[in-house]
Amino acid sequence: MADKKGKYPTEPLKCWDKAKKIREDYYRNYAAAHDKGGLRWAGGAWTFDAIPAGLGDDVYPITSEPYGASCAYDKKFSLRCLEATEKAGYARDLCAYMRNYWGSILLNEFAFGGPFPKPDFLWQDHICCSHAKWYQVVSELEHGIPHYSIDVAVGPESEINPNKIDYIVGQMHDGIEFLEKTTGRKYQDNLLIKAVKNTCRATSTWAKVCELNKTVPAPLDEKSMYSLYVLGTIQKSSQAVADFYEELLKEVQDRVARGIAATPNERCRVMSDTQPPWGFLSVFRYLEKFGTVSIGSLYTFGLIGAWEVAPDGQWVHRKTPMETGVSINDRDKALRVLTEWELHKPEWQHFYSPHLKSEMMIRIAKQWKLDGVMLHYNRGCEGLSLGIAENRLALLKAGFPVMVFEGNMGDEREFDMTRTMSRIDSFMETLGMKKEFD
Amino acid sequence: MITAGIDMGAKTIKVVLLEDGKKIRAKAKELGGTDTKAAGEKAFNAALFQAGLKMAEVSHITSTGAGAAGAPYARDKITEVGADAKGAVFLHPAARTVIDVGAEEGKTLRCDAHGKVIDFAVNEKCAAGAGSFMESMARALEVKLEELGPLALQSSGTIPMNAQCAVFAESEVVTLVHQKHSKMDIAKAVHDAIGDRITSMVRKVGFEPDVVLIGGVSKNPAFVETMRRNLQVDVKVLDDPEFVGALGAAIVAAENAGVK
Repeated sequence: MADKKGKYPTEPLKCWDKAKKIREDYYRNYAAAHDKGGLRWAGGAWTFDAIPAGLGDDVYPITSEPYGASCAYDKKFSLRCLEATEKAGYARDLCAYMRNYWGSILLNEFAFGGPFPKPDFLWQDHICCSHAKWYQVVSELEHGIPHYSIDVAVGPESEINPNKIDYIVGQMHDGIEFLEKTTGRKYQDNLLIKAVKNTCRATSTWAKVCELNKTVPAPLDEKSMYSLYVLGTIQKSSQAVADFYEELLKEVQDRVARGIAATPNERCRVMSDTQPPWGFLSVFRYLEKFGTVSIGSLYTFGLIGAWEVAPDGQWVHRKTPMETGVSINDRDKALRVLTEWELHKPEWQHFYSPHLKSEMMIRIAKQWKLDGVMLHYNRGCEGLSLGIAENRLALLKAGFPVMVFEGNMGDEREFDMTRTMSRIDSFMETLGMKKEFD
Repeated sequence: MITAGIDMGAKTIKVVLLEDGKKIRAKAKELGGTDTKAAGEKAFNAALFQAGLKMAEVSHITSTGAGAAGAPYARDKITEVGADAKGAVFLHPAARTVIDVGAEEGKTLRCDAHGKVIDFAVNEKCAAGAGSFMESMARALEVKLEELGPLALQSSGTIPMNAQCAVFAESEVVTLVHQKHSKMDIAKAVHDAIGDRITSMVRKVGFEPDVVLIGGVSKNPAFVETMRRNLQVDVKVLDDPEFVGALGAAIVAAENAGVK
């Protein structure tokens, strides 16, 4: 068998350590916020984190899905969290991120060391069936933390209208009153405006990074992308994340210019769809033995990335309001810009119809030049897994071979590593790929 | 040129020797047990003895099966899905849908006229789509495995059996026994359960004629009957169905050895 060397040069990402540091600082700052007189808040990865940013620069969030995934990555800790939620009476078929998160609270153990740092308030949005309930339970578990949730489930981007924007913006204005009342702080619109601009900049720039993976060989692979996209899920409104993505973009552009590949033996390109089984990311490294790179997924591209369809049909990064000449001068304008920006989020669209997800995946499969697709029948997420069987049929109809595997993003008890690898062997064989090294 | 395929299955190991990629020279089978490497060698020697050949005369060996790594003398490997498709089309050139139910798992695939896999599905973690499920059900009914199918064919009733897990299904069988259902009806319920599970998988991948059944469980006439009834097509059972994977591996060995 050949070794891992291939026809393309490869090298580690130079900004890798910086990405790690931003994530480490994020969790450390959250845990230590009270030591410096700051505030802690908790909410989902999709919550409008730019809004609490208006309370001051010493307000630190923790977003729940990335935290749940961090728990899942540590299989032993995750199992204890899951068992704690089951013992408390919660069902096994609920969102696996949520169960890990609740378990961490119930155990009073923070995945990054020490007791679980109790937030001062909860700031959530609601599009998935679990979202608002998630934090209602958190509030109850933590003995009544103030909780505010914004309903954003107003329909797909094709149906956005002024009434829907008003509906969400109205909730945001009320939410700011809630924040002032809850924290006793005076709200600063200049910080909100800055955070909204950061949000647009970070999410648009991440999409630009993903666009570069259209290149053959792909400069990034899915497993590495998980460590990068996560920054947008923890604090997309922060200066540090927006700046980091711009630095990353420059480095990836340089990789493309120099022909640096993520997988030096790239001969085959695939993608996945939604959350991976976090405790088993080695699945993506296993593909490399066949000269196969997974160029990402709808999840890595669209959970945080801001996209739009160009006139030529290409899926490209969404231009920021700053690039299109929109001025953001006051609170109301900032909230309107933020609302409209987020309502176009790709991963929000397929809550409304699996056909919208199929369209996006087929577009990626064509434009990122894929040979096949792997779909995760993820028992840990009802929201994003809905309609995967229909996505499979649509992809097959569009001419893309599909492999499905069952598992769970955050509950290792529902994932069978050996069988999944064996399934990948068969899928690779159908794509004409042979294992090049062990 | 002699090539060989060895299917290191979950329960049994099968070897097929092939001459010039066309003529089957020998087939041999051994129980895998705990020392699968030794069992593989035993099966291989039995096949060589049957064909009157020596190991040195075998030009190329390809392995397949759950324990394929236990045959270090094999020059290469092919997945079970790939081997099944090759072997089935060799034996039945019109085969386009292959259903393989072995001891460890049930799988189904669609292939083209060259035995190239187009799409496939394998049963998930649950054993309810595999031969081991039938073994445990036969134990619960206190009948020999080979008696289970003929027993089911004598049934005229239908009992729903809902358990999706072999362990719970065994409890369900015990409950049905206590409820004084006949062994014949319970045996039929077992076949309906496994048949329905496999049928769902076949429908997911889609099927087109000819549909062929392979793997050890296809020797069970009641299972075959259930699949015919569920799919509403003529389901053909290939000769020596448990050897089809090993045959496919032997064909791949011939291809890799340059046999035209």
